[in-house]
Amino acid sequence: MNSLFKSFIGFAISLLLLSLFFGIIAALAFFKLDYFTNIMSFEQVRPFHVSAALFWIISGAAGSILYYKKWAFPDAKQYDQFSIAFIVIWVLTILTIFISYCFEQYGGREYWEFPPVLNIFILLAWICLMISFFGTLLQSAKDKPLYVWMWSTGILFFLFTFIEQNLWHIPWFRNSFLKEMTIQWKSNGSMVGAWNQMIYGSAIYLMVKISGEESIAKSRKAYFAYFLGLTNLIFNWGHHIYNVPSASWIRDVSYGISMTEWLLLIGIIQGFKSKLEEREKFRYLLTYKFLIASEFWIFLNLVLALFMSIPAINRYTHGTHITVAHAMGTTIGINTMILLASISYILKMDEDKNKRMRLHLNIGYWTSQLSLLVFWVALIVAGIIKGYRAITLKITVFTELMEPVLKVLKVFMYSGFVLAIGLTIICWIMLGHLKEVLRGKDVK
Amino acid sequence: MVKRIFILLILAYFCYSFLVYTKSAKETEQPTDQAIAGLSIWQSRNCQACHQLYGLGGYMGPDLTNIISDSTKGALFAKSLLIAGSPRMPNFNLSETDITNLLAFLSWVDKSGKTAVPAEKVTWYGNYNIDNQ
Ligand code: HEC
Repeated sequence: MNSLFKSFIGFAISLLLLSLFFGIIAALAFFKLDYFTNIMSFEQVRPFHVSAALFWIISGAAGSILYYKKWAFPDAKQYDQFSIAFIVIWVLTILTIFISYCFEQYGGREYWEFPPVLNIFILLAWICLMISFFGTLLQSAKDKPLYVWMWSTGILFFLFTFIEQNLWHIPWFRNSFLKEMTIQWKSNGSMVGAWNQMIYGSAIYLMVKISGEESIAKSRKAYFAYFLGLTNLIFNWGHHIYNVPSASWIRDVSYGISMTEWLLLIGIIQGFKSKLEEREKFRYLLTYKFLIASEFWIFLNLVLALFMSIPAINRYTHGTHITVAHAMGTTIGINTMILLASISYILKMDEDKNKRMRLHLNIGYWTSQLSLLVFWVALIVAGIIKGYRAITLKITVFTELMEPVLKVLKVFMYSGFVLAIGLTIICWIMLGHLKEVLRGKDVK
Repeated sequence: MVKRIFILLILAYFCYSFLVYTKSAKETEQPTDQAIAGLSIWQSRNCQACHQLYGLGGYMGPDLTNIISDSTKGALFAKSLLIAGSPRMPNFNLSETDITNLLAFLSWVDKSGKTAVPAEKVTWYGNYNIDNQ
């Protein structure tokens, strides 16, 4: 039973590896299309890459929560049969998605590039997860710490936004293209907020466990950040569609609400000194290493997101690789780092004192951090060039527009290869550790 | 207290969603059957992996929101690319009907609005004023 949960963590790591592999192939297909068109062209590779990345994040987040739920509520009924049902349906559906890509069957929507009937199974799996999670929660009468609120929020809002994202099947929604665009990006934008709640909740849980200080999950500041995050989840998706000519109040609300995130930024800067002290204390812990990396990336991506949320600036960044920088910076720098922290904690890797393992992990860690920085900056530079040429110079001939952009994207590609190597080293070590754990030493 | 704010925010989510669904989009032309068929080809061929509409999608190819009304491009130009492909765009071997439907879809999208926001539509506080574009 317990081994099924662990294998699910292994499945999640494999999805990350798959996403890295197809990321490399996609880059090759992007640049050397003439060799590749006969084997696999970009529109065939991209869905593999995107779906593997998306499901790595959601599977990692859900898998971690299933674990922590047992630790946070040891005395409550666990509804394991529903957790198992979730895992089985979820894994089978994802495998079916990849098989459908092999036969060039697509759904053709951003994030959800697979045939839409498979959404039914994803929904079914999620409902099983909800029964398991909320079932346990309702059994326990004690006061819920902040991270439990965050997990609940994430799980619940994933359901809402997932259903919302499928409303386009109803003609009333689809028959207005503006409505179609608005709802598609309202739901996708909020869904990112939903999985962030699940993942940030786990980050707080890990910090509480590492430091032994429950107060982290009780402070007023932490609750304020949570509610601010939830408010942003609900209202701040408009930056995706500022240029869509829908009603102005959508832009006003999104613009206004997203500016509240300056408060988060100020909070981070204020807390910088105590972070340094905290780092001194815990820097030898692997779990902490990944957590502190995620905080660095939260800072950088928050600054980028704040600027992108100002329509006058969004006018230049929208439709450029700055959007990709934002997406990659958050999914790799923030989500993936927290999930790796979580997995290292679940596998109790800090108890393993093997020096070689630590050395290799350190190499993987620093390789991925530094290359991610180059990767991220290259995307921003590419985006600035594209935005300038398209908006200021008004170049419309596509090949001419892209010529200098492609040069910078080469840097993005090469740093992407290095990044993939760094992350693969980490995944490999974690999978090796998992194998050992599955063989003998049990992690409760 | 936490529970109350939480419930309030969930309610806000549903009310705001309802507002967005019912009140945010100006009335645009209904799609023809051909345009709807074109949308489904757009999705099943995964055109958005390389192309954007209103700036959203993959970045390998150009944004296609206003290609039909673009005086330097237009439907004939689009059609020729769909028939023959290009060194960077695959030839999908689309049938004549598929191409007609795709063009009907792109033309429906085009009529919904402009993807580029002109500089004069930026307000003093940095927002856009493109309600009745
Ligand atoms: C593998 C990526 C890719 C896919 C998939 C793709 N395109 Fe393209 N498309 C391009 C590129 C790149 C161009 C720019 C022309 C060039 O550079 O040769 C282009 C150009 C076009 C143009 C002309 C626009 C212009 O301004 O040059 C149209 C119209 C078009 N594509 C429609 C489609 C449709 C419809 C589909 C789906 C059936 C599709 N494309 C799928 C890459 C792709």
